Amino acid sequence: MSQSVRTRVQQLRELSRPDRVFDFMLPAQSPVDVRHGPILYLEDVSVSFDGFRAIDRLNLTIDDGELRCIIGPNGAGKTTMMDIITGKTRPDSGQVWFGSRHNLLTLDEPRIANLGIGRKFQKPTVFEALDVSENLELAMAGDRRVWKTLLSRLDGAGQARIDEVLETIGLSGERHRLAGVLSHGQKQWLEIGMLLMQRPRLLLVDEPVAGMTEPEMQRTAELLTRLAGQQSVVVVEHDMGFVREIARKVTVLHQGSVLAEGSLDQVSSDPRVVEVYLGGDEETNAC
Amino acid sequence: MSHATLEPRRDRSRQAFLSRATLITSALLVVGMALVLVLHALPATHPLHVSSATVALLGKYFTYMLLALAVDLIWGYLGILSLGHGAFFALGGYAMGLYLNAQGTALPGWQGLLASFPLAALAVVLAPGILALAFGWLAFRSRVTGVYFSIITQALTFALMLAFNRNEMGMGGSTGLTRFSELLGFRLASDGMTVALFLASGIAVLLAFWLCRAIVVSRLGRVAVATRDAEARVRFLGYRVEHVKLSLFVVSAMLAGIAGALYVPQVGIINPSTFAPLFSIEVVVWVALGGRATLFGALLGALVVNYLKTVLTGAMPDAWLFLLGGLFVVVTMALPRGIAGVLAWRHRQEGAT
Amino acid sequence: MMTNSHAGGRHCARRLRHSLLCGLLLLCAAWATTASAAVSEPQARALLQALDTRSFEAKGEAAQAIADSQASQKTRWLQALLDGRLGKERRGEQFYIVTDDSGREWPLIDAITFAEAGSGSRRTVDIFKINNDLRTQLQGMIASLSLAEGDERSRLAAADRLIGDVNADNVESVRASREREESATVRDRLDIALALYRVQQGDATALKTLKGNLDTRVRNTLTTVAAGDGELASQAQQVLDGIESKRAWYDRAQTLFFGLSAGSILVLAAIGLAITFGVMGVINMAHGELIMLGAYTTWLIQQALPGQPGLALVLAIPGGFLVAGAFGVLIERTVIRFLKGRPLETLLATFGLSLILQQLVRTLFSPLNRRVASPEWLQGAWQINDALSLTLNRLGVLGFCLLVFAALWALMRYTRLGLEVRAVTQNRAMARAMGVRAARVDMLTFGLGAGVAGLAGVALSQLTNVGPNLGQGYIVDSFLVVVFGGVGNLWGTLVAGMSLGVINQVLQPWVGAVLAKIIVLVGVILFIQKRPQGIFAPKGRVS
Repeated sequence: MSQSVRTRVQQLRELSRPDRVFDFMLPAQSPVDVRHGPILYLEDVSVSFDGFRAIDRLNLTIDDGELRCIIGPNGAGKTTMMDIITGKTRPDSGQVWFGSRHNLLTLDEPRIANLGIGRKFQKPTVFEALDVSENLELAMAGDRRVWKTLLSRLDGAGQARIDEVLETIGLSGERHRLAGVLSHGQKQWLEIGMLLMQRPRLLLVDEPVAGMTEPEMQRTAELLTRLAGQQSVVVVEHDMGFVREIARKVTVLHQGSVLAEGSLDQVSSDPRVVEVYLGGDEETNAC
Repeated sequence: MSHATLEPRRDRSRQAFLSRATLITSALLVVGMALVLVLHALPATHPLHVSSATVALLGKYFTYMLLALAVDLIWGYLGILSLGHGAFFALGGYAMGLYLNAQGTALPGWQGLLASFPLAALAVVLAPGILALAFGWLAFRSRVTGVYFSIITQALTFALMLAFNRNEMGMGGSTGLTRFSELLGFRLASDGMTVALFLASGIAVLLAFWLCRAIVVSRLGRVAVATRDAEARVRFLGYRVEHVKLSLFVVSAMLAGIAGALYVPQVGIINPSTFAPLFSIEVVVWVALGGRATLFGALLGALVVNYLKTVLTGAMPDAWLFLLGGLFVVVTMALPRGIAGVLAWRHRQEGAT
Repeated sequence: MMTNSHAGGRHCARRLRHSLLCGLLLLCAAWATTASAAVSEPQARALLQALDTRSFEAKGEAAQAIADSQASQKTRWLQALLDGRLGKERRGEQFYIVTDDSGREWPLIDAITFAEAGSGSRRTVDIFKINNDLRTQLQGMIASLSLAEGDERSRLAAADRLIGDVNADNVESVRASREREESATVRDRLDIALALYRVQQGDATALKTLKGNLDTRVRNTLTTVAAGDGELASQAQQVLDGIESKRAWYDRAQTLFFGLSAGSILVLAAIGLAITFGVMGVINMAHGELIMLGAYTTWLIQQALPGQPGLALVLAIPGGFLVAGAFGVLIERTVIRFLKGRPLETLLATFGLSLILQQLVRTLFSPLNRRVASPEWLQGAWQINDALSLTLNRLGVLGFCLLVFAALWALMRYTRLGLEVRAVTQNRAMARAMGVRAARVDMLTFGLGAGVAGLAGVALSQLTNVGPNLGQGYIVDSFLVVVFGGVGNLWGTLVAGMSLGVINQVLQPWVGAVLAKIIVLVGVILFIQKRPQGIFAPKGRVS
């Protein structure tokens, strides 16, 4: 009896030790730790929808500052992979780590976004009822809590940052136009600009040049290559010409897992890749 | 490129129109109230005299305008269509009704607490606020959106209607709460009280209008509009969409509760029919007709539809539901931006010439 | 065993009791006229004359004399006496039986020859009066007589009446009848009647015959016996407990049945909505009013075919479908088509339409509720045993719901339209690319959904009165069913509707109807939080 009481007291004392802090009292947001290797690390990730395996034991590693292109035929699981990384979809099994500290599977979308993962959708998604600079203002890194958002005003530094990004994406002249009236290409750039305002460590870009004209594509390629180095960028793309332009390292996805990885030349000479992806496809010509 | 050079000017003119609209709306409200007071002070024989009954009616319209404002805040700017805002209105009303009933007679149990005006006033905002918080927390956390949200809000108010119809609730059953005598020690049926309630309602509308205006022009307001148009994007930008929705939903519910509390002493009764889904959805048509996502549109819509209702239910009771039904159809099909949209368009036309 | 001879629903119990009496009378009349009179007319006259006395005791003896006599008319006399229809001419010596005493002028027949004998009234005929003791006595006599003669059905009825009515006077004759009896069912009934008498007399061995018997009279007697002391009481209590638990099971079955029938209305109301919402993503708030139109169609057809509720109901099935379907197509063509991809606007516009339709009906017909008659074959109940009876109209609605569901399912599964509808549901753009004319599919789908709403209205008219607000009460419920079951999922709708109906019925006895409804509403709201996709949620990237 007294034994158990003593254990209880012990436990209580343990709990109230001044040199220890509860886990939940630790600062929630710690910087991404990339000292021990990659910025993004997926291991054995699987997810299936109604028996269909969209992602099948996927392993993927992205290094800090890298620009990676991910290609693959329709249904290869590219968008699902992005959904998993950004917290929209939970995998059935596997691990997803951001740096070596953040287990992304335990976090939801806003947390993941605030940790520094930005995402650009396949279909350009900007806030059409707001003007261009308002779009960028909303994306600006800062306190996202409701009360702070209500009271926050745009300061000089913020304005300067917006101007800088407007310059980068080439939309300085359009700052007061409603995003809804922008052209398709301009919307894509605006969305990339919003990602820049977020100052993410990792950028996930889904088909950035779909539906773009040739000069627009050129500009987008420039934008993305300029980003790499400061940020890690993962680009999912169909257009092989564009991939050739920006890619240093390419990953080929097929049926939910990695088929091949390497430089574009290595990959496109891999017979398995030729068979599943390039074989008989019109995009062969682009290579 | 003439198109591109015209655009910025048009956008600024849109904002100018809106902020001008703010000034105009505030001025109209103040002048309108003053005018009613002056005309009411005229001798009863004077042709322009406004009777007590009309003042009370206008006071009721004010409470409806406040309710419309509450609905517009979340529907117009946040895109969540509540078909159950009447529930918050009614809860505020019941809190006030209990306070009024507690004057003179001691109510049993916790209801007795509402005999004190400060506590009752607190209940007026807290009862709807807490319900909205609980309900919204459940709904937004599990990302119930669009028509699903609308339907469960309707189910919510329906369930509450059934509950308040029960005598066991201690809320007067299907008769509701009525036979109020005095408010803050003054007789309710006096002319001075009618005017005071009219003024209080008008001032409440004005304050709520400014509050909503402040919210929608803030960054939070822009996040709300962004959420309305592209919720997933906002989430991937790192905003907690559910918190944004929840906070505005609660503010909106509280405004609706205040509207209900002001409504009850002016009308003299609150009963479960206020929880009826029909009432809640009627509020939506006020906002739709006036023009959602413009605050003055909500005020205008509430005034216009309710004036029509007063006139028509008196003259041709059968025609009212036809007209109301027709309004729903016509507004959604032909006037998606409401009267405010038409005004804004005319304003732009003038600006362009 | 399908019979009208037991009161099922409380509302028709009185009517049924009346028809039961008439039936017995007719039967008695039938034997009496066919059998040749075994006593002469003067003898018969003497037997009847003995009844003409003020003393009830003497009347009782006279009645017993009739029962013991050889007169072929005796059963009918006793029955008429019991019914208060046997009398004597005030200023004469004729005995009459009144065949209908509802009016002021009574049609009469001669009590001895059963020939028509003109009419009489309270002033010309003295009815032989009886008191309660005599009534009991008469019932016993008639029962014994019926047991002795008559066909199996009347013997069964007589035996049934004897349960709880066996006494020292008639026990011997009942025993004798029991020995003579050929039909096993009648014998069982008599055994129970005798056993009950023996238990009342303190015979514990008779208890085992009563085990598991669900008859109310058995239960009442046993309750009285169990209230006493001693071995018999405790044994009776045991038997009673067994009966109670068996009864509880049947009560549960009854609740389940009520739940399923309430659920089938929900399913009928919701399934049209499930189709339009699932395929077109259209929230049709006027769905409830389409149900109302179906119900009014039934009412109108009945007005056009007075006296033929059965035919009218059968015609109303296609009629309700077509009327509501036509309105549905009209709504789709004029409003919904122009609001594609704007669900909230569609919701508001169709709500406006629902107000217009309601007011239209109110103006055209009346704001008052109308009663739709049920055909005979939907009246009464299917009496399975003493504790379980299924009312035929609810049974009919349940069957109708399953039929409609099966038809819809087959339509979706096996027809071209069904294929196209499913294609459009899953991927509108792709279906159009494959050459499916999505606009036409939309129109037909909406018409179909509306038509099914009309069918729901037809079914509903058999359970409740028809009024302009009929649909309103169902709209919230049907949406909950659709959402609960998973949008666009027919099976989900079926399961959801049935389970909501059953849950509601199960909760009702505990918390009352209103609170049960509230609990179900809140439960579904909470459920939607957890599983926004419904019970049978499709999983996938496209949400």
